[in-house]
Amino acid sequence: MTTSTPKLRPRKRMRFSLRDEKVKGLIWQIVVVGIAVAVVGWLWSNAIHNLSVRRISTGFAFLGREAGMPIVDTWLPYSPKDTYLRAFLVGIVNTLRVAVIGIVLATVLGTLIGIARLSSNWLLSRLAAVYVEVLRDIPLLLQLLFWYVLMQGLPAARAAWHPIDGVFLSNRGLMLPSIPIGAGQLWVLATAALGLIALYLLRRHLVARQMADGRPRRLWPYALVLLIALPALVSWGFGVSWSVTKPELHGFNFVGGSTLSPEYFALLIAVVTYTSAFIAEIVRSGIQAVHSGQWDAALALGLRRSFVLQHIVLPQALRVIIPPMTSQYLNLTKNSSLAVAIGYQDIVSIANTTLNQTGQAIEAIALIMLVFLTISLGISLFMNWYNARIALVER
Amino acid sequence: MASVTDAPQSPPSFRSRSNRGAAGCALRWLRANLFSSIASSIISLLLILLLAKMLFGLVQWGIWDAVWSVPGNDTSACRAVRGLGACWAVIPEKLRFILFGTYTYDQQWRPAAATLVFIALYYLSTRRSLWRRELVLIWAAALVLIGVLMWGGILGMPFVSQDRWGGLPVTLILATFGLAFGFPLGILVALGRRSKLPAIRSLCVLYVELIRGVPLISLLFMASVMFPLFMPDGVNIDKLLRAQIAIVLYAGAYLAEVIRGGLQAVPRGQEEAADALGLSYWQKNRLIILPQAIRHVIPPLVNTFIAFFKDTSLVLIIGIFDLLTTAKTAIIDPAWQAFSVEVYVFVALIYFVFCFAMSRYSRRLEAQGKSKA
Repeated sequence: MTTSTPKLRPRKRMRFSLRDEKVKGLIWQIVVVGIAVAVVGWLWSNAIHNLSVRRISTGFAFLGREAGMPIVDTWLPYSPKDTYLRAFLVGIVNTLRVAVIGIVLATVLGTLIGIARLSSNWLLSRLAAVYVEVLRDIPLLLQLLFWYVLMQGLPAARAAWHPIDGVFLSNRGLMLPSIPIGAGQLWVLATAALGLIALYLLRRHLVARQMADGRPRRLWPYALVLLIALPALVSWGFGVSWSVTKPELHGFNFVGGSTLSPEYFALLIAVVTYTSAFIAEIVRSGIQAVHSGQWDAALALGLRRSFVLQHIVLPQALRVIIPPMTSQYLNLTKNSSLAVAIGYQDIVSIANTTLNQTGQAIEAIALIMLVFLTISLGISLFMNWYNARIALVER
Repeated sequence: MASVTDAPQSPPSFRSRSNRGAAGCALRWLRANLFSSIASSIISLLLILLLAKMLFGLVQWGIWDAVWSVPGNDTSACRAVRGLGACWAVIPEKLRFILFGTYTYDQQWRPAAATLVFIALYYLSTRRSLWRRELVLIWAAALVLIGVLMWGGILGMPFVSQDRWGGLPVTLILATFGLAFGFPLGILVALGRRSKLPAIRSLCVLYVELIRGVPLISLLFMASVMFPLFMPDGVNIDKLLRAQIAIVLYAGAYLAEVIRGGLQAVPRGQEEAADALGLSYWQKNRLIILPQAIRHVIPPLVNTFIAFFKDTSLVLIIGIFDLLTTAKTAIIDPAWQAFSVEVYVFVALIYFVFCFAMSRYSRRLEAQGKSKA
C-alpha cells in the first residue's frame, strides 16, 4: 500500500483524456465562449469600419447638443432648444406615465373582470369570458390603431362629448378638471405621505403586540388622525386653497383643467384593456387555486365572510397570482413602446427621432435597451420583494 | 317529495324537471343563474339592458345601415352613411391587397396556396398521432414547398422577389419560421441554462434576460438600422430576413424559459438513471429528458405561440408588409381613407380566428393532461 501510492500519484496527474468529464466541460466552454467572442469581435470590427466609412461619429457626446425636436405631450418643461439628454428624460417620463398609470388601471380592471368571470350570475361570467377571449386573441398593435382611429373620429372640440360637468371628450383628447399643485399643496401631500409611513410602522408595532398578548387593536383611529386630520390641519394652517379648474372652450380649443392627448389616451386604453384580459385570467386561476375547504373551514369557525376573504383566501390566492402578475406588468411596460406607431412620444419614439437626426443608431438603441432593462429590473426587484414578503413561511 | 318516494333511484332534480317540461326547466335555469338574489337580478337586468343597446347599435351599424357594395371607386354612398353605418364595400375592393400585398397580381394563387400549406401544416402538428420524428421531416418539406411557391423561378413559375411579398403569407412566414428556428434555439439555450458549466450557463442567462428585458420593437429597430452596420462591405441582407432573424432570437429566449420550466419538472431520477445506463449528454437529453420535459409544457408552449403570432404584427413599425401593414396601407387610398375601422375589424377577425383556434386547442390539451393526471 505505502509503496504503491507514491507511484500512482504522478500518473494520475499526468492523465489527460478527452473522455474525462472535466476536460470535456472545459473544452466545450472554451469552444462556445471562443465562438461568441469571435462573432462579437467580428461584428464590432465591421461596425467600426462601417462607421468610419460613413463618417458617423460615435459616443454619447450628442446628448449635450441641441435636440431641435418638438415634443407635444410632456410633463417636464421642454422646448426644442433643449438638449437631447433633456428630450430623453422627457421620453422616459412619458414611458413611465403610461406604464405606472397603466399598471394601476389594468390591475383594477383585470381583478374586477377576473372576479366577474367567477360570478354565479351566468350573464356576467359569460360577458367577462367574451371580453377576455376577444381582447387576448387580437394583436395589441391592431387594437391600438383601432382605438386611435376611433379617437380621431370623435367630434371636434366645439361639439365635444360632454357627459358630466368639467369632462370633455373630443378629437383633441380627454379634458378633465384638475387642481393646480403649488408649494402649499405639496406640503399637505408630503404630510399625508409621512403619515402613511408612520401608519405602516405603527401597524407593524400593533401587530407585534397582538402577537404577544393576543388582543386585537384598532388601527383606524390612528389612520384617521395621520392621513386626514393632520394633512387637513396643515392645509388649514398654511391657508392652502384646493380650487378646481375646469376646462372651458375658448375658440377652437380648451383652456384650463388637464388634458390627456388623443395619443396618450388611445395608448392607455389599449394597454389597459389588453393587459386586463390577461390579469383577469391570472386572478381567476389564483382564486380557484384556493381550495374550497378553506372557505368551509373558516366559515365553520364562525368568521365573517369579509374576514375570511381578507385573511384566509386572499393571502393564499396572492401567492399564486403574484409571479405571473409580475410578468404582465413587465409586458405592459414593454408594450407601451408601441406608442411609436401612433406618434405618442415615449422613449422609443424619441430615440427613433434622434437616430434619424444624428444617424447614431447604436447609441440610440442602446439607450432604449438601457432604459427598459432598468425599468424591468426595478419592477422585478419590487415584485420579488413583495412575493418574498407574502410567501408561505414553511417550517 | 312524492316523486322521490316513488322512484328512489332517480335524482329528484331530474324527476321534477321532466315533470315541468321545457318551459319550467328554462324558468328554473333563469332563476338559478340570473335571478338567484336581489343583487344578481339587478346586475342581470342592467347587463341585459346594456347588451340590448350595444347589440342594437352594432346591428344597425354593421348590417342595417351598412353599405355592402359600391360601383367602382365611387364611395359617395359610403360617405352618406358615415358614422351611422359601416362601409363593408371596402373589403372586397381591397381584399386581394390586404391578403397578398403587392405580390404579382396574376400569380396570387401562389401565396394563397402557400397559406393553405401553412394551415395544413398547423393542422398536422396538432395531431397527437403524428408527434414523432417524422413531424420534423413534414415541417422541413412544408417550409421548402412554401419557399418554392413564394419565390418561384422553377416549374414555370416566374420569380417573385421577397420585397413584393405581403399580407397574410408574410405574417405566417414570420411566425412559422420564427418558431421553426426559435424552437431548437430555445431548447439549446434552456439546456445551456441548466448546464453545470459556468461559462455556458452565464452566456445563456445573459442572452435570455437581455432579450426578455427589452421590447421587441427595440430588437426590430436593431435589425432594421443597426444590423447593416455590423455586416462587412458588400453583404446586404434583405429587410424581411433581418426582421426574421430578430424574431427568431426573440422567440428563442421566450421559448427557452418555457422549456426550462419543463426541464425542471422532470424528476432527477430520470437523469440519474440515464447516466447509470452510460448514455452521453446528448443521448440522455434527446431520448430521456426532452421528450418528457416538452410534454409537460405543451399548453404554455401553445400560449407562447399565440403571443408570438400576434407579436409579428410589430414589423409594421419597421415597414415590412405583413397583414397589418397591408391593411393600413390599403386605406391610404384617398377614396377609402375614411373607412379604416371596417378594415381593422376585418383584419382583427383573421387574427382572431388563428389565435382562437390555437387557444381552444391549448385548453383541450390542458383538459386532457388534467384528466390523465
